[in-house]
Amino acid sequence: MRYAETGFNLEVDLTRGNIEKKATDPRETELYLGGLGTNAKILWDRVGPEVTPFSPENLLIFSAGLLCGTPATGCNRTIVSTISPQTELMAFSMMGGFFAPELKYAGYDKVVLRGKSEKLVYLWIHNDTVEIRDASHLAGKGAVETAEQIRQELDQPKAQVAAIGLAGENRVYYASVEQGRSSASRGGIGAVMGDKRVKAIAVRGTKDINLAKPEEFLTLCNEVLAYIKHREDNPIKGVMPILAGLGSPQEMKVHDEKWHTENFMWGNSRTRRKGFWNDDIAKQWTDTLEGARTRLISCFNCPMKCGATISMPGLPTYMMKCFTKLTYTMAAYSDLDFGLRIAQKATEYGLDGFSAPQVMAFALELLEAGILSKDDFPGLPEGNEDRFYYLLDMIVKREGIGDVLAKGTYWAAQEIGNGAEAYAHNTIKKHEQLPLKLSMLNPIYFLMYSIGEKINITQIEGQFPQAPFPKKEHREKFCEDWVQVPHEKFKQYFIDWELRGENSIPYYPTVDMTCDIVEWQEMMHYIDDALGQCAGLSSFPLKPPYHIHNYPKFISAGAGIEMDEEKLTQAAKRYRTLVRAVNIRRGMRRKDEKPPEDHWKKRFPELEEKLLDAYYKLKGWNEEGIPTKEALEKMDLGYVADDFIQRGILTDEETADAQKETQTQ
Amino acid sequence: MASKEKTKKTIKTIKIDVDKCNGCRACEVICSSFHASPKYSSNNPARSRIRIIREPLRDIYVPVYAGEYTMAECAGRDKYTIDGKQYDECSFCRASCPSREEFKEPDSGLPLKCDMCEGEDEPLCVKWCLVDALTLEEREEEVEEQEEMEDLEIGLESLADKYGMQTIMDTLARMSTDDKSK
Repeated sequence: MRYAETGFNLEVDLTRGNIEKKATDPRETELYLGGLGTNAKILWDRVGPEVTPFSPENLLIFSAGLLCGTPATGCNRTIVSTISPQTELMAFSMMGGFFAPELKYAGYDKVVLRGKSEKLVYLWIHNDTVEIRDASHLAGKGAVETAEQIRQELDQPKAQVAAIGLAGENRVYYASVEQGRSSASRGGIGAVMGDKRVKAIAVRGTKDINLAKPEEFLTLCNEVLAYIKHREDNPIKGVMPILAGLGSPQEMKVHDEKWHTENFMWGNSRTRRKGFWNDDIAKQWTDTLEGARTRLISCFNCPMKCGATISMPGLPTYMMKCFTKLTYTMAAYSDLDFGLRIAQKATEYGLDGFSAPQVMAFALELLEAGILSKDDFPGLPEGNEDRFYYLLDMIVKREGIGDVLAKGTYWAAQEIGNGAEAYAHNTIKKHEQLPLKLSMLNPIYFLMYSIGEKINITQIEGQFPQAPFPKKEHREKFCEDWVQVPHEKFKQYFIDWELRGENSIPYYPTVDMTCDIVEWQEMMHYIDDALGQCAGLSSFPLKPPYHIHNYPKFISAGAGIEMDEEKLTQAAKRYRTLVRAVNIRRGMRRKDEKPPEDHWKKRFPELEEKLLDAYYKLKGWNEEGIPTKEALEKMDLGYVADDFIQRGILTDEETADAQKETQTQ
Repeated sequence: MASKEKTKKTIKTIKIDVDKCNGCRACEVICSSFHASPKYSSNNPARSRIRIIREPLRDIYVPVYAGEYTMAECAGRDKYTIDGKQYDECSFCRASCPSREEFKEPDSGLPLKCDMCEGEDEPLCVKWCLVDALTLEEREEEVEEQEEMEDLEIGLESLADKYGMQTIMDTLARMSTDDKSK
């Protein structure tokens, strides 16, 4: 018997309309755990570097994490992996909500889509009955609307539906997959789904998920619940309110947006508005949110209420979470009322709330700079906010200049030329980032931005405080109950970290300390993504209930795989390296690993090079960021080394062959 | 007949605050896990004895506990409107009945019923509901002592339920005649 996982994947060939239930190899679970780990293995095995995002050979994998569907609190994430049209690298966006557990209860760990359907379809998974159904009547419908309609026509109110909107259908490079109160937004996976002509996947399951050691597992769950209560009652002192508790940043709950509105950039990640927040605005925005928010809501089996149902007067209800609350508002230099209204439309269209607003602000900057002309925007309204609605429609419908903007700021700038490239200033690996521009380089953040392959800072940061507390006694106090650290040395790193003087950024934490801190933080995210655990109870907040000390116990009691901290660390390292291997084979190199030029005013090129060198070395990568043969073999990834050597990516002497870089296209 | 003695009985009430429900279904998870055999060995919300009637876009969140099994569906069904929200038919009903799939084992179709997690300090759905949509209240009530039905009586009652009392009596009479003639 398989524990925690079902042991079956659903393989769907959309070209031929063939559906197969395929047993998986338990040894793969032991090596790569599940979720992201086994997704990476499938993409490595089956999607070569010659496969372009919109070719039928690209796979689109919806995977439940290893522990999804067990009683582990907050373990509900679906990890969606494919080759991204925007970065042309491996995308592994995730969504919470209710999809992954339902898929498990239906008897599957993953749905693997390949090929391309001729007409628009949706997939209906009901335990052992799986059908590809016609979706022509759903063409052009909103993502939320589609989910409702599918539930109705199937007469299955309990079915969970992941759907794309018009943006995905029209292959907008930053189209999302929307589901429950969540979405998998980054990397343009909605566009790949649309390219495969799949409007939605609906799933309903009524089977059991088994546990290897039931009593032990439940004891662990109860400990996690007790710790959540403890953390709710004892917010962390000395940090911003949104970082003091657990969960995603509680954007749906808080009204005080001074920190975001005055520290994050407005427009196309352009302007910092110090002194913006005042009593009038606070009152106005509070009224807006109070009036719109019907309820704070959660994902499957989780007490944190990170999302909300939002009903703006005159508009259909939708669900929102986190920072999308402000991205449209700030891109348009507008107010919260506008932001929540346009987000309703954007959610139905199915768009990434980070990228879309920046692309629109970028377009208006190009117009102002004369790089684009009024002729490029026929019928452009006069009002600023109307312009955003106009651009949203143009992009999603891919009309006129919208067809180019649909590719994101990087590709649009390349196509437009004439100096437009300088305006696509906020991307890493061709992907728009959070609108942050700061002063002094922070070595930890430099490294996380550079080497992160999830290409989103919130998906790599979290375990180590973002800044030192001013007083040493407060730092010591913080360390007293910091049980989550993998090693005691991290406490000392923090205690010695000062706001000013010798032990301050950019030279403290030192290069080696920085590498340790980044490796720990990244590892926790990778473990979450294999288990299906939401980062909000684990890798994202300080002092979370899940950590490196209890995770091995969860895995052995849940999945019946013998596990300890060292073995788990090794496993995480293995599939983290495999993600890198997929990307290296697609052409990613050191030159691609850099934050936006203007992310910090004060840069330290020499230090930055040292940080990259040291991190590469720590990870067993050569100076180009390519995992070495020796490191690969030590991680049971000898097959990757063989492939690299065969392709000339590594030579037998294990050096990078810069001349023979494979191209991404 | 002599008057029955009064005794004290603890009444357990689960208080359900639908305004506090966040719709996470942790209650369904832990319920099905507790009632698995062996205990906690599996979980499956489709076997749970509590269900969240949940429609986020209409802001409907109603935790409902499995009550008695009933053979027949109701003759009519009700819709409630509370604070402007319309609740569908059967939203508040605890019965395991032919008209819906709630509170039936997914494989066998056998009815499920909440037993307040016998043997635990409190029902586990309450323990796992950190948002306090479910809380437990205990109070003492004086009740007239009732004679407990014996197994045979319970069995006969359910047979009478199913076939009607007259059929049972006829059958018993026939059986006893058959027995004598042996």
